[in-house]
Amino acid sequence: MKKSFFAPVVAVMASFVLLGLASCSPATEDENPTTVPDAGEITVYTALEDEIVEEYLAVFNTTYPDIKVNVVRESTGIITAKLLAEKDNPIADVVWGTAASSLLVLDSENMLEPYAPIGVETILPQFKSEKSVPTWVGIDVWETAFIINTVELEKLGLQASDIASYDDLLRPELKGKIVMSNPSSSGTGLLTVSGLLQLKGKGTEAGWDYLGALHENIDQYVHSGSKPAKMAGAGETVVGVSFGYAGIKQIRDGLPVVVVFPAEGSGWDLEANALMKKDSINPAAQTFLDWAISSEAMSLYQNNYPMLANGQGGKYDGFDSDPVDQLIDNDLSWVALNRDSILDTWTEKFDGKSAPQ
Amino acid sequence: MREKLRRYLSGLRWSQLFALVATITTFTIVLIFPLYSLFSKAFVDKGGEFVGLGNYITYFQSPALSISVMNTIDISLWSTLFSVVFGFIYAYALTRTRIKAKAFFRYTALIPIFIPTIVHALGLVYLFGKQGIFTRAGLFPFELYGRLGIIISEVIFTFPQAFLMFFVALEFADGRLYEAADAMGIPGWKKLTHVTLPDIKFTVINVFFVCFTLAFTDFGAPKVIGGSFNVLATDIYKQVAGQFNFNMGAVVGTLLLIPALASFTVDRLVNSKNASTINAKATTLIVKPNWKRDSFFFIFCSLITGFFLTLVTALFIGGLSENYPYNLSFTWKNFLFSRSSGGMDAYVNSLEMAGLTALCGTIFVFIYAYLMEKISGFENLRRFGKLLSILPLALPGMVIGISFIFFFNNPSNPLNFIYGTMIILVVSNILHYFSVPYLTASGCLKKLDKEFESVSDSMNIPRWKTFLRVSAPLSLPAILEIFMYFFVNAMVTVSAVVFLYSAKIKIASIAITHMEEAGNFGQAAAMSLLILMMNVLIRLLYEVGIKAIKKHTSAKERHET
Repeated sequence: MKKSFFAPVVAVMASFVLLGLASCSPATEDENPTTVPDAGEITVYTALEDEIVEEYLAVFNTTYPDIKVNVVRESTGIITAKLLAEKDNPIADVVWGTAASSLLVLDSENMLEPYAPIGVETILPQFKSEKSVPTWVGIDVWETAFIINTVELEKLGLQASDIASYDDLLRPELKGKIVMSNPSSSGTGLLTVSGLLQLKGKGTEAGWDYLGALHENIDQYVHSGSKPAKMAGAGETVVGVSFGYAGIKQIRDGLPVVVVFPAEGSGWDLEANALMKKDSINPAAQTFLDWAISSEAMSLYQNNYPMLANGQGGKYDGFDSDPVDQLIDNDLSWVALNRDSILDTWTEKFDGKSAPQ
Repeated sequence: MREKLRRYLSGLRWSQLFALVATITTFTIVLIFPLYSLFSKAFVDKGGEFVGLGNYITYFQSPALSISVMNTIDISLWSTLFSVVFGFIYAYALTRTRIKAKAFFRYTALIPIFIPTIVHALGLVYLFGKQGIFTRAGLFPFELYGRLGIIISEVIFTFPQAFLMFFVALEFADGRLYEAADAMGIPGWKKLTHVTLPDIKFTVINVFFVCFTLAFTDFGAPKVIGGSFNVLATDIYKQVAGQFNFNMGAVVGTLLLIPALASFTVDRLVNSKNASTINAKATTLIVKPNWKRDSFFFIFCSLITGFFLTLVTALFIGGLSENYPYNLSFTWKNFLFSRSSGGMDAYVNSLEMAGLTALCGTIFVFIYAYLMEKISGFENLRRFGKLLSILPLALPGMVIGISFIFFFNNPSNPLNFIYGTMIILVVSNILHYFSVPYLTASGCLKKLDKEFESVSDSMNIPRWKTFLRVSAPLSLPAILEIFMYFFVNAMVTVSAVVFLYSAKIKIASIAITHMEEAGNFGQAAAMSLLILMMNVLIRLLYEVGIKAIKKHTSAKERHET
């Protein structure tokens, strides 16, 4: 007797509850779609570092005091996953300073609205999307760097000057003293691995051989791009294979580290901006994108990155040579195309073996 | 007369059925529908084509990935073992011995749930990392990062839950059983195996599954301290946040449900036998003095407590020093939080979120448990409800976060309006932390005599009145405990809400993650201390409340007698 009326009752209940909630759902606060480009409220998703975001937005708001920018800042992986999950009903108006490799994924899902911000011609062609009206535009480059804790290094009988190249990382003294980010969970890890593969010769085994030798010296692979730098800063490892800004921040915080860019050249990826495809585009979002590649914004990026997407070099403290020379000839489309197979091979070779017995 | 009775009975059933269905429907909407929107992706490829079990085959064929399954079982078993044993001994010490400073030990046992898990790991690094205080003193010659670190972290994380559940179970004892055992000259250890343990065997099973499932699905510890040791939770992270492969993420997510489903089956098997309830004739257990036993338990509790306090002290050192370990000079600078993570607003938002979660969560859990325990009949529906109640325990926050986006951000969903608001944060928290409060509530209700319901039914008093006037007041300590549990967890939670907080509503626990990510370990430690103090404050208020209630009831009893 019970069973017979359960199913319909559940169904009826469910529909009542849904209807009830639907009817009391208020028309969400008037979005008030402003048609003015220099006022209103926009939502920006970004993977730029916390303290940088704060500093940059302060400058933006002195220029555009009437645009209120609501920011969601998360690591590249989380922010991209969130954007992808929100695909059917995007919340963000703008993606700002997020890995180009992530934006390529969004673009392939047809989630980006083509938009050519004012001044887009100053951005070098290889640093923006190839479409006639670009779907994403680069702002800066971030690159592989070794963050070395000098105090701990000296305990091993080495000097900072002893580690200048990828090959120096293979020194026997460094066995178990290197932390690197895991390419399958971190963009920095991926650009380092893909950079090395290209450096040693695309399509050859040389790159994998090197990574195999390096694996012998690796203490752990971690799930974040900046963590190796932080671990070096805290003395939890001697060498962190991370990216430049992460290391420079450790120096600015007064920790005993040096930032070394490998002599062979650094792998790199772009941080880029894009307009999200939505039913109604807020003009203030376009204003923000215009500003985000303006000379005002570029001069801000310059303090933290080795190279800007307009071809200018950055102003790293203590970086003596031209940072642009440091970057390898990176074939981003090759990386995008081979991403899955690179990660599969890497996981196969190194990730499975990493379990200590 | 017979006609009247039948009418009355049928009316009663309908209102009960209505309440039961309404509750389960609500739960289904926030649990099953979102999960379906994510887990259905496990059976399709990236293009949306149905592939059956193809994704599972791919997953298990990759040796690196299936190693994670073994690793996860390995660390979960070890940490569960330690937590169950430690939790039991600790709870036993506080309930069945005459050691001093019981109140102190009770509070300190809960320290770990007052601070975000990411911070436990941070504290462990300060203590046992390569530059850790103990490591530098030569007292910790082991490698923290990896298996050992994860196990230690999970024990810290699950110990308080084990302790609490054992504590509640052991607090009630029928003194007559022990008196009888004494009269028969049964030695102490035999009393343990023949009286104490059988009496709490359901709790032992529950604690085992709770600890196992929590360790099985936790992501915080493996991420921060796990080194290269792969577990299922890090696999999900790699698939979702590293390779943006929701299909594979869903595959791993479904695997994580296995322990919860297993626990449900076992629970059904053991519960089909009769559960023991507190008999109305039970007498209070009087613990006799025994200095040997007491000193053992005192030393044991001191060691555990000492460890937790050391962990907090390490956080203090980290939070109050310039640059650990290279510059230990004192500074307050870490308490000047950067504004971009939300600053003080985030803290206020967190308080609001935690308050709402605790309030709504407690009411919902308690009604839910009441309907599951105190209604007779509707077996299948209640069984389904029980299964639902245990599932959230097995869901990593990331699964809840992503599936909530899929479900609630869908424009055709009438509930879409809650997306990006405080409501969705509160709902996700209630769901995320539902299972343990549910077990507490149902455990407590099981102990209440069924007679109350029979009497009220025969006196034609509506059940809701019995619920409000009898069951709820009698369960007040458990209700407050549940309230605390929700509040504390909502203050420190990260993994689900990281996907759900909006640009306008930032919260403190996320701010801590940002600080940790940005390398501001000091700031993260400092913020954790603020959260810790807030939680301690709430706890103190709770104790005052409990005291007041006890005073009130005993005064009333005196008055009545």
